[in-house]
Amino acid sequence: MIAEALFFSAVLFIIGVVGVLIRRNAIIIFMCVELMLTAVNLSFIALARLHGSATGQVFVLFVMTVAAAEAAVGLAIVISIFRHHKSVDLRNINLLKG
Amino acid sequence: MYFDLSIPSQLAGALLPDLVLAIGAMLLLLYSVWGPATLARARVTGILAIVVCAASFAAVVWVWRHDATASNGIIAVDAFRWATDCIVLAATIIASTLMIDYSEREQLVSAESYVLLLLAASGMLLLAAARDLMVVFLGVELMSIASYILAGLDRRSARGAEASLKYFLLGAFSACFLLYGVALVYGATGSTDIAVIGTAVTGKTFDNPMLLAGIAMLIIGFSFKVAAVPFHMWTPDVYEGASTPVSAFMATAVKAAAFAAFLRVWIEAFPGATAAWVHPLQWLAVVTMVGGNVIALMQKNIKRMLAYSSIAHAGYLLVTVVVANQLGAAAFLFYLVAYTLATTGAFAVVIALSEPGERNESIPDYAGLWTVQPWLAAAMAVFMFALLGFPIAGGMGFFAKWYVIEAALHAPQPQTVLAVVLVLASVISAGYYLGVVLTMFMKPRPADAAAVRPVPTGTFLVISLSAFVLLLFGVLPNGFVKLAHDSVPISMVGTPAGPPVTAAAER
Repeated sequence: MIAEALFFSAVLFIIGVVGVLIRRNAIIIFMCVELMLTAVNLSFIALARLHGSATGQVFVLFVMTVAAAEAAVGLAIVISIFRHHKSVDLRNINLLKG
Repeated sequence: MYFDLSIPSQLAGALLPDLVLAIGAMLLLLYSVWGPATLARARVTGILAIVVCAASFAAVVWVWRHDATASNGIIAVDAFRWATDCIVLAATIIASTLMIDYSEREQLVSAESYVLLLLAASGMLLLAAARDLMVVFLGVELMSIASYILAGLDRRSARGAEASLKYFLLGAFSACFLLYGVALVYGATGSTDIAVIGTAVTGKTFDNPMLLAGIAMLIIGFSFKVAAVPFHMWTPDVYEGASTPVSAFMATAVKAAAFAAFLRVWIEAFPGATAAWVHPLQWLAVVTMVGGNVIALMQKNIKRMLAYSSIAHAGYLLVTVVVANQLGAAAFLFYLVAYTLATTGAFAVVIALSEPGERNESIPDYAGLWTVQPWLAAAMAVFMFALLGFPIAGGMGFFAKWYVIEAALHAPQPQTVLAVVLVLASVISAGYYLGVVLTMFMKPRPADAAAVRPVPTGTFLVISLSAFVLLLFGVLPNGFVKLAHDSVPISMVGTPAGPPVTAAAER
């Protein structure tokens, strides 16, 4: 059961990574990041079960809190980008280049 | 003084500087929104922020002087933490000072920027103290979330918004790797306490894929935060697009705190697993040193150039992480002081010379500076020489590189290749550091060049003090070296450290 959960969490994490790398919409990239965080949370729960310790479960609570704060800031940043560019597609956002 | 970290009140005592800073930041947040948003109120907020930082600094020095020790727990109470705290707080004070002058020139009303600087700094103090991967994660996030907002502080600027978005997306992405690394290490060892991990890892044969994957993920996560090649893509864009005082803050304080946590996790949790990480980290250091310097050669914008220079310096600092012994930690602290002073000084000069709207920031704009602003040009030359590691004129910069090389050569497994690459990379870096000096002193001032504005008092103080300290301790480095050598993590005191560092200073 624990092995399956860990495997599933690894698959979720990889889906998130691939999504961040190939999608170009800021909101979708952000959703993929959230998916990665969720995958890690699942790992923590499974591993807490494996070790029979509460540390992993407590960690999940912290991660969810931090993810909420990060989402608030991230969406605010996306709004400020939208006000300047009328788009959240990263292909249209390229003022900064070497 | 002895703190028993299992008792809450004593834990609070051990966290005194952090609490002063965090509570000060909250009160300042209340003050900053308690009335109309005006430049005058923002200025007062900035000055109060400096006062809060100074109070926290005083608390650090007070605890440090009382030689505090503590039981094993989630935070460390040792000189390495206090030394890192001092560097971080000094960088925060400098950034706030620059921010006050900068926002007046740009007519940028943002009292909250100082609050965010303080909140980011409290995350950094947490990182410097962390002895538990949970605290590392919370510190990284507290620091990063505040920095994401700081990068996009100027809401009128499309470039600032873009910098903020890029920083946020890549920062959140990298935090996931860090977190997955923590999860896997927890899975392999059953604990997030780095001392317990250290015992669990020692003496194991490395056929545990979960541990190996965890270490790899942690390396990726930390590399993003300290901006090591190939995880550096965000750095130049963010440093260029963010307001210059914020870039100075991110290039120094953020990097210092992330590196301090990196170093502590590595020397306390994974010394038993050296075989697993030494080659990847060596490669990372080599690629970062060479890559950062070579790309910096091609930059025209001075902020972008300083961004690549900061990447190259991350490579030099990675050498001390590879060494991971007492000498390495001492060289790390000394290097960080020199790097912080030189980088904030250089950014302060950029602020003094740029025009409203952040124009006038390409290197050709500095032509003939010597003829109109000789002191500014001389100070910038000192910072460039210090970053290059030039003797005498570069002050502490030379000794900083010297100690890193010495630490690399005297490690139990001498890192000769890294030392050679470090020297060669420094030679490459002469191409762009000396290029700036050459432009300032040898090129004629173009006829249509903008008249240079008078330098505001705060910026002037930052520039002159940084240059003065760099030069002074470049002539008399011994006291500083001894301090750095005494400030290594408590767990390493007593480990064989090779010859004393002071030997080089007597040359």
